[in-house]
Amino acid sequence: MDWLTTVDHKKIGILYMIAGGFFFLVGGLEAILIRIQLWKPLNDFVDANTYNQLLTMHGTTMIFLAAMPLLFALMNCIIPLQIGARDVAFPFVNALGFWTFFLGGVLLNISWFAGGAPAAGWTAYATLSGDTFSSGHGLDFYVIGLQIAGIGTLVGGINFLVTIINMRAPGMSFMRMPMFTWTIFITSALILFAFPALTVGLVALMFDRLFGANFFEPSAGGNAVLWEHIFWIFGHPEVYILILPAFGVISEVISTFSRKRLFGYSSMVFATILIGFLGFMVWAHHMFTTGLGPVANSLFSIATMLIAVPTGIKIFNWLFTMWGGSIRFTTANLFAVGFVPTFVMGGVTGVMLAAAPADFQYHDSYFVVAHFHYVIVGGLILGIFAGLHYWWPKIFGRMLNEGLGKLTFWTFFIGFHLTFFVQHFLGLMGMPRRIWTYLDGLGFNELNLISTIGAFLMGFGTIFFLLNIVVTAFKPANAAADPWEDGRTLEWTISSPAPEYNFAQTPLVRSYDAFWKEKMDGNHAMTPAEPLGPIHMPSPSILPLFMSIGLFIAGLGFMYQKDWDNHLGVYMGIFGLIITFFCMMLRSLRDDHGYHIEPDDIHDQGVKA
Amino acid sequence: MSSHAHAEGQLPHEPEKATAEGRNKVLGFWLFLGGETVLFGTLFSSFLALRDQVLDGPKASELFELPLVALATILLLTSSLTSVFATYALHRNNVKALISWLIVTVVLGLGFLGLEIYEFNNYASEGHQFRTSAFSSSFYTLVGFHGGHVLFGVLWISLIIGQLAKKGLTVVTAPKAYVAGLYWHFIDVVWVFIFTVVYLMGKVG
Repeated sequence: MDWLTTVDHKKIGILYMIAGGFFFLVGGLEAILIRIQLWKPLNDFVDANTYNQLLTMHGTTMIFLAAMPLLFALMNCIIPLQIGARDVAFPFVNALGFWTFFLGGVLLNISWFAGGAPAAGWTAYATLSGDTFSSGHGLDFYVIGLQIAGIGTLVGGINFLVTIINMRAPGMSFMRMPMFTWTIFITSALILFAFPALTVGLVALMFDRLFGANFFEPSAGGNAVLWEHIFWIFGHPEVYILILPAFGVISEVISTFSRKRLFGYSSMVFATILIGFLGFMVWAHHMFTTGLGPVANSLFSIATMLIAVPTGIKIFNWLFTMWGGSIRFTTANLFAVGFVPTFVMGGVTGVMLAAAPADFQYHDSYFVVAHFHYVIVGGLILGIFAGLHYWWPKIFGRMLNEGLGKLTFWTFFIGFHLTFFVQHFLGLMGMPRRIWTYLDGLGFNELNLISTIGAFLMGFGTIFFLLNIVVTAFKPANAAADPWEDGRTLEWTISSPAPEYNFAQTPLVRSYDAFWKEKMDGNHAMTPAEPLGPIHMPSPSILPLFMSIGLFIAGLGFMYQKDWDNHLGVYMGIFGLIITFFCMMLRSLRDDHGYHIEPDDIHDQGVKA
Repeated sequence: MSSHAHAEGQLPHEPEKATAEGRNKVLGFWLFLGGETVLFGTLFSSFLALRDQVLDGPKASELFELPLVALATILLLTSSLTSVFATYALHRNNVKALISWLIVTVVLGLGFLGLEIYEFNNYASEGHQFRTSAFSSSFYTLVGFHGGHVLFGVLWISLIIGQLAKKGLTVVTAPKAYVAGLYWHFIDVVWVFIFTVVYLMGKVG
């Protein structure tokens, strides 16, 4: 019950971690099934239709229901601690964000049991996703599930923007913010400006499918390329929404375990901003072969290649941070160091794909599959693993087992390269993506087998990580406040796990790497910026859960209104919306003053160093 | 919190920004409007891409009746002015004037909605229905989204009027009233674009 009503950012972070982790396993299982199907030519393990569903759900689940929530987990657990805040700006909205994401994700996955999952690819290209070619309910689950989940992401983005702008501890200017906070700040801005575009696209597609609109229906004057534009003006920034936080994690981990200040901090900040900006300028590079013409292709080609410049700055700064440092290869740092060359490879193939004429050759081949998995798995997922191993003691108060951690790293890392490195060559040899089988004698057999073996290795890596969590859960929660002993930022100044109110007294920040600065000055504690006093806390609430349930019911109702001819679906949809709006009204009418924790109840007096 | 710091009946200079919650709310709302801008921007782009795809349905130039739309525009623009008066009243700590101006705003908003419903009905009877063509789908979606925002604003501001009447002007109610004013202006700005891009450009060709 406590977990259903919580508005505490740390608990919400853990909820995101559990839900995101669960969907990561679901998406991973789908990937394994895909690889089993492709391990030999003309395999009949699954049929073509099931394969399309697996492929669509793998992409959709991994992007929206696994990667983003795991990032939100790290954001929620760490950002308020890193900036010295007691909570996020809108704790209630934070809970709402989690529940809409979770129920949206559940709704999407119900499609498996309700007559078939969506099967038009995670990009849901029109007209394949229209009523004519996808007449079942699969795509309805896609458009409605993602809309509900998208609300959660959008309000989360706004929440973190306000938190970072308004709630930093005294003395923490923008140019003293930790790198992870900076990347989350830019990511949140990208979410704010990218997700509403997706919402419009999904609404238009929903209107097409449910109410007979003609946005993407060429026979009624609609335009299928319009969907591609709307999807990718969201979808390309989405790539940077995913990767920038990983950059932030890597910056923190490498600097901590090299015992050195991050090299070129200000250039890192500006590179992050520049990548965020350019991320919006390049969406049409996903559409070179659509027929936009040579002028558009050239412009988007050049704009895309420009992104390599700030990214290169980042890569070199990480290398220079390690240079001359006293590096400790903890599991977290192994993931971070493994990230660097892997991501560079993904970046290089990105520049190759950005050359429009060459893209006509690579297009829709396994080369593209290899490229984006190098960026998203080799970048983002390695970053998330680094972040989880690094912050686990801060979140749960227990150290993860290093032996199992290293086993996780090596199996996952080797498995990853085994899976995707060979796919570059499969693509160059002409193996198309999104195809459920291939003929014998084309030279694809061996490389596909290797790829499948690699996928299993990645699966084992994930199992080792789960095992590690279980083993760790049985250990006493006795992690020190600064368990790595080289913590540089504010989250390491408070006990592990952080108390309910985070900071008994808001710390005074005197420099970038605030905690490190105090350590170097020989101080044992952060200087408090305020006297010890009662701490104001928001009260828990069940409304976010009910609001999301309302949307869930409404989604199901509207989806089935075209099957049930007695308007039952419409009534159900309206009923769901009424639940949601009624909860909004309740929230607006009841003034919630929260409660106070008195100084006598604050056990962790002062900020320790 | 700071609500206790001020004596009864004595509000700080800008009550909507007096507390940390209030400041967060105002900033968060500005950011939300940034997201809304993208939302409407995408709707406008879709409309512009599809506006000539009329098939057998009526064209924009045959359909739109500018006098009616002009009247709706006058109502909505006036309501933006009255919501400015409401915010002025908020800053003078004058609850009565604040409530009165908000009521005028809501009434004008309802007038606008009435005209829009009449207009849509009219168009539908002339064969311009939601399913007629890509033009009609994108028209009703864009203008209807705006209308939905007006409806939401009317309901929301009505709730706030009730709270102001019950609780008066406090550091809790002030940010709500202020933010609702921002929202209402945003709706108006969007309408200015709809008037230009949909109606005027539709009439001219």
